[in-house]
Amino acid sequence: MTKQMKKIAVKVDDLTVAYNYKPVLWDIDLEIPEGVLMAIVGPNGAGKSTLIKSILGILKPIAGSVTIYGKSYEKQRQLVAYVPQKGSVDWDFPTTALDVVKMGTYGSLGWIKRPGQKEKKAALEALEKVGMLPFKGRQISQLSGGQQQRIFLARALVQNASIYFMDEPFQGVDATTEIAIINILKELRKAGKTVIVVHHDLQTVPEYFDWVTFLNVKKIATGPVKDIFNDDNLTKTYGINYKVSIQE
Amino acid sequence: MLGSFAVLRKQSLLGDAISHAALPGIAIAFLITGAKDSNTLLIGALISGLIGTFWIRGIVTKTHLKSDTALGLILSLFFGFGMLLLTFIQKQPNANQAGLDKYLFGQAATLVESDVWMMAIVTGICLIVMLTFWKEFKILLFDADYTKTLGFNTKTIDILITSFIVLAIVLGLQTVGVVLMSAMLLAPAAAARQWTNSLAVMVFLAAIFGAFSGVVGTAISASQNNLSTGPVIVLVAGVFVVVSFIFSPSRGLLFKQIRFIKNRRDLELHKTLAFMHQIAETHEDISHPHAIKLLNNFQGYTRSTLQKLVEKDYVQLQGNMWSLTETGFDTAANLYTKQSTEDE
Ligand SMILES: Nc1ncnc2c1ncn2[C@@H]1O[C@H](COP(=O)(O)OP(=O)(O)O)[C@@H](O)[C@H]1O
Ligand SMILES: [Mg+2]
Repeated sequence: MTKQMKKIAVKVDDLTVAYNYKPVLWDIDLEIPEGVLMAIVGPNGAGKSTLIKSILGILKPIAGSVTIYGKSYEKQRQLVAYVPQKGSVDWDFPTTALDVVKMGTYGSLGWIKRPGQKEKKAALEALEKVGMLPFKGRQISQLSGGQQQRIFLARALVQNASIYFMDEPFQGVDATTEIAIINILKELRKAGKTVIVVHHDLQTVPEYFDWVTFLNVKKIATGPVKDIFNDDNLTKTYGINYKVSIQE
Repeated sequence: MLGSFAVLRKQSLLGDAISHAALPGIAIAFLITGAKDSNTLLIGALISGLIGTFWIRGIVTKTHLKSDTALGLILSLFFGFGMLLLTFIQKQPNANQAGLDKYLFGQAATLVESDVWMMAIVTGICLIVMLTFWKEFKILLFDADYTKTLGFNTKTIDILITSFIVLAIVLGLQTVGVVLMSAMLLAPAAAARQWTNSLAVMVFLAAIFGAFSGVVGTAISASQNNLSTGPVIVLVAGVFVVVSFIFSPSRGLLFKQIRFIKNRRDLELHKTLAFMHQIAETHEDISHPHAIKLLNNFQGYTRSTLQKLVEKDYVQLQGNMWSLTETGFDTAANLYTKQSTEDE
């Protein structure tokens, strides 16, 4: 168990979250080691988005705590970047691709201060990385679903964080974009970053990720894909007899 | 101007709720002070407007109710209470209450110079605050959750925006009244949205449309004896909305229709050309003539499409035969490749 030597990037203790009375997440304990590319899988309504939002302080849990590298999230906020689910915003909002990516710099700017040349340069670099530079002046409403997703990714890249949380970044994107995005994620991992992704396509889990968490209100299992991504855990998570043929 | 934010938040009813919620404040302020001094009454309106707004917030976050329901609830509750108070005031002996009626439908004519100054100053303050917190307003409106993860206190920004919307509404009450206030707030912003895709331009245009409606509306009603100012102002703003929805170049109905027709024509043209290309390909010589009759079997083909193709120099006609030109052949060949790359 040499894995124990690795630093823990994100640690969740006894996390319980409810929207009204019904708990959506129940007593979650989770340790995410530094430098993994982790998938969170589970059926619709399993609480995957809720888990991320609770870790990021967007939702207030009933009980439990979250630490980032051993300190409270509030103190470590600048280490963490978030890519929300694409459907969570109004893409008809009057603004351009570049402007949205610039929003990634607002956190380090703080109140009132405006983004300047330095921020613009960072935003352009991020756009370049996701292959969206030619669209920088485009209205966001006139981007395809895959392009909007790339814009969101670029906005997170600008934050230059150590830990990335992404909610279904492959939702509604075509195969080309999916490959482009996964390559960026793998690059992030190579640079020592920790990347946590809500993922739906079980077939691609072994190919894309090295770590996985099964979630369905409770945490079913978490660990290296090669050890725990099996029919047993899939069945426990999805309820039915699940069989995926995992290519060796 | 501030209406832009309300429109973008899809909280169009908010304006309604706030202005209705302001009514009991006016009545209570009158009952307490007995004064008709407009500043005192407006402070009453401001306080009850704010209370109403934050109650709505509370209801939405604490219960299962949707925000529209909460808005409607507060709106009718406060308005009913306000009307009750007004009726009560009217029965009072010292009822020189006539002055209160104007808050229902507005009466710009009763504005005095100090009122106008007051509005100018508050507008100025709003402008400064808006420019100062531009970045914060913008990101909160676009993506509130994300804003939170960046470390901004979203509640503070939210309260700031809401307070200014309430302030703007309360000030407008004297001019257009409770009933039409929300239309006045939203109409310029909705019109402005049609013309631009930039938040800054939208806010600026909304301000201009709003001011223009005010001036023109006042002028029209002043020229006629029996027209009250408020409704006329709102009507003028309404005209802006209608015109904008029809004529705006990118989002307007008119241009959408034109573009639609043009697209369909282009498509027909392309289809016909592609079909001709198929036929021509069966021959070694691409400009080998074929009978026009051949095309009649093809759906989407008309005489005018053929005419257009000739105009574009894609096709040559000889008697009742046609042949593709070289440009025509190349264009047709490119259609396929272009379509498949555009799909990507
Ligand atoms: N804002 C909300 N208010 C009430 N219930 C919610 C809200 N958001 C999500 N839920 C409920 O919480 C559960 C988990 O949702 P979510 O975290 O979005 O699931 P997932 O992302 O795994 O599909 C679902 O049953 C959903 O209906
Ligand atoms: Mg989700």
